Amino acid sequence: MARALINVPKTARRGEIVEIRAMVAHSMETGYRMGPNGVNMPRDIIRRFVCAYDGEEVFAAELFPAMSANPFIAFTLVATTSGTISFAWTDDAGETQTASADITVS
Amino acid sequence: MRALWGLAGIAAALICGVVAAAGIEEGDKRSGFDFMTRETQALQADDTSNPGMLWVLQGEQLWRQPEGRANVACAGCHGDAAQSMRGVAARHPAFDEATGRPIDLAGRVNSCRASRQQAEPLAPESDELLALTSYVAHQSRGMPVTPAADPRLAPFRDNGRRLFQSRIGQLDLSCATCHDANWGKRLGGGVIPQAHPNGYPLYRLEWQTVGSLQRRLRNCMIGVRAEPFAFGAPESIDLELYLMERSRGLPVETPAVRP
Repeated sequence: MARALINVPKTARRGEIVEIRAMVAHSMETGYRMGPNGVNMPRDIIRRFVCAYDGEEVFAAELFPAMSANPFIAFTLVATTSGTISFAWTDDAGETQTASADITVS
Repeated sequence: MRALWGLAGIAAALICGVVAAAGIEEGDKRSGFDFMTRETQALQADDTSNPGMLWVLQGEQLWRQPEGRANVACAGCHGDAAQSMRGVAARHPAFDEATGRPIDLAGRVNSCRASRQQAEPLAPESDELLALTSYVAHQSRGMPVTPAADPRLAPFRDNGRRLFQSRIGQLDLSCATCHDANWGKRLGGGVIPQAHPNGYPLYRLEWQTVGSLQRRLRNCMIGVRAEPFAFGAPESIDLELYLMERSRGLPVETPAVRP
């Protein structure tokens, strides 16, 4: 069950700069902590975040252990055409969480 | 000499009485929100940046998901949470007929799971329990805290008040020492708030996750080097009952964000 909060404006004018916000639930375990039994807690962080606009990659970010749990990423896009904006977060375990939203450009 | 000691005892009792009575004046009652930095307030105020909303979102999915041997979802009986659960968090803990004791929201979720869904109870502080509790409490956001008027709750609430005012731990502090007598001053890097539980379950930046009021109470008890109550202990429900009475009228903020 993907737990992600994404904020994409439903409509935009062609050429308008729109703000996109994406937050995903993830523990972002750094790998530097010890559990209650003194054993190292294995690292489990999101490595890569990708945003695609109508299938084309328009924004990507690499994440590192110093980032907080439930990382929040905001960026801007130029609205060019009506379509789907999709998001993917891939973590150390190789699991990918996805989410998407539609935008209508007039 | 004996008379002198007696006099000293009366004087001490008087001073203690004054300190104990010096609670928060009605006009001074302020949510923990008001003690935060503007940046943290902004994080809570905007639903697209409030990380607690991730749990509310998960709770919404769990609300509609059939569970247990009865294979029924929360929504199967309660329908649309926006209507059926509105105001519920503002009046909990409430009196539970089955156990003859007050019960908090998380306890109510688990008792409903056991009796109606015939499912295993959710573990305290598990994501699922916090998500369902956050989702239910979120339906009351903005409503004033209005504790249940049930007279059967009174002895438990009095016990909660007694716990709030009892000194505990190696540091020999009571809740009231900080949150009644010294709120607004600083303790280490942070401002001491008035200890109002109007935003739980809430997202604590220190925890990097959503947690319950019981987790927060345990934190404070460990802080004064006392033995903390176990999760689900009746004492913590009594204390919550008193804290809710103390915060009467403040708006429910679930999911709140705190530093």
